[in-house]
Amino acid sequence: MNVFASTGRLTIDSVREIGRVANFAFRGGFSWFLGPFYWRAVWSALARIGYASLPVVGLTAIFTGGALALNIYEGSLLPNTEAFLPQILGVSIVRELGPVLAALMVAGRCSSAMAAEIGTMRVTEQIDALSTLSVDPFKYLIAPRILATTIALPLLVLVADIIGVYGGYLVSVYALGFSPEIYVNNLIDFISMEDVTSGLIKATVFGFLISVMGCYYGYTSRGGAGGVGAATRTAVVAAAVSVLASNYFMTSLLVDV
Amino acid sequence: MSTHPKISIRDLHKTFGDNEVLRGLDLDVEEGQSLVVIGGSGTGKSVLIKCVLTLLKPDRGRIAVDGANIARQTDRDRRMMAEKSGMLFQSAALFDSMKVWENVAFRLIYADKKTRQQAREKAIDCLAQVGLAPEIGELTPAELSGGMQKRVGLARAIAADPEILFFDEPTTGLDPIMADVINNLIVERVKALGATAISITHDMASARKIADEIAMLYQGRIIWRGRPDEIENSGNPMVDQFVHGRAEGPIQMQVRRDFRTKS
Ligand SMILES: Nc1ncnc2c1ncn2[C@@H]1O[C@H](COP(=O)(O)OP(=O)(O)OP(=O)(O)O)[C@@H](O)[C@H]1O
Ligand SMILES: [Mg+2]
Repeated sequence: MNVFASTGRLTIDSVREIGRVANFAFRGGFSWFLGPFYWRAVWSALARIGYASLPVVGLTAIFTGGALALNIYEGSLLPNTEAFLPQILGVSIVRELGPVLAALMVAGRCSSAMAAEIGTMRVTEQIDALSTLSVDPFKYLIAPRILATTIALPLLVLVADIIGVYGGYLVSVYALGFSPEIYVNNLIDFISMEDVTSGLIKATVFGFLISVMGCYYGYTSRGGAGGVGAATRTAVVAAAVSVLASNYFMTSLLVDV
Repeated sequence: MSTHPKISIRDLHKTFGDNEVLRGLDLDVEEGQSLVVIGGSGTGKSVLIKCVLTLLKPDRGRIAVDGANIARQTDRDRRMMAEKSGMLFQSAALFDSMKVWENVAFRLIYADKKTRQQAREKAIDCLAQVGLAPEIGELTPAELSGGMQKRVGLARAIAADPEILFFDEPTTGLDPIMADVINNLIVERVKALGATAISITHDMASARKIADEIAMLYQGRIIWRGRPDEIENSGNPMVDQFVHGRAEGPIQMQVRRDFRTKS
């Protein structure tokens, strides 16, 4: 009886929370289309979220590409590994690993930073101060971050794709002694435009979700340093889970089984 | 002549959980008047002005500003209140990621669409009025003392020449001389601009100086209101106790009794 009651309450609470997040996301997204626009805020968010994430995304991609090449080589039973290694590697990175890993890195790096920053502004009354100065916090704080992350993540994924494939190249050529020409030719022949765009579409959705989670939990945090800490933690978990869950659903749509 | 007061509050209620903060508060402020609200710590003075500023939503009651009820806090009400008013927060609430002058110029740049150069000149002018040198403008809020932060908050509140000014403890944390400078500034602003002001303070010297009228908040209602020269002989034991800062009296008794019943 108690178990049912608490399960029920948990379900209702989660559905409510999802409703609130969706409402928040809608408001955040909607403010893009209504002025005024704070381009300075968009620009600085792009620099912080996009540009500053390049090193961490690049490192993740190059090591993953390298490790993937070794794994494919190790697991291969076919004679012409040299030709199909770049094919498997390219498709895995471009369709799946590039978007998901870049998104997870950005989720860890940026949703926490957003939650902490906005949360601190909330508990120190800076968000109230914004309103009294005739500036809508949604347009000044939330919309620029959501817009910037949604633009930045596909670009970061494009970089991750290139560096990941290059990591695979380095391992194939220098560790496994394969021919560079065969690697490049097979890669270019095999990967289609559709593979790349499907990865970038995913990345756009991930960018939106990550920033919504970071902003929502920051915006709704209360009660001093402890509250901001809790908001930061929740934001990272929610961002990562929503990336992985939405990845599954988008993949099942894009693959059309 | 206008028939309604600038701000008119009727039967205002605000509760947090089971903490009834405002319990049917009534308050009128005439245009151009400077009203000071006094009252013990935690009686809901800050909550009161946050309700008027549409930062907190009252549970019940009516708040009319220039005759328009804003208690429902639609987006339009919020915009209107923000346009009309300037607020000094108790905690200053400066934007810590910006320089001091950008804080003061914030509204001019982001809402009034002034150029950064124009806004900066105005900001430096406002900083001078609160006794801060232009070099201070280049620092960040974290590099300032508490009293300096308060003054920057004040400069930010007055920068756009608002019609209604809210000051939450403007002189707390200032030395007596600077406190007097700030008092004079508030008086001068209200007179020169014909602004309406609501200030909160614990500092009776400041209250006497800036107030046209003083109102005392106690147990969620205004229990006394009068001119500063009347406060010495208010005939109200609660006001007497507060003004003379006595630990013994009706207010303290109340606190002790609450404390006992809770523990
Ligand atoms: N956001 C909030 N959530 C919950 N309770 C609150 C909130 N804001 C204020 N309160 C409560 O409302 C009461 C009044 O708070 P308020 O800040 O208005 O006091 P105050 O009169 O300004 O006191 P002080 O002179 O110390 O600033 C307090 O008991 C406080 O705990
Ligand atoms: Mg207060």
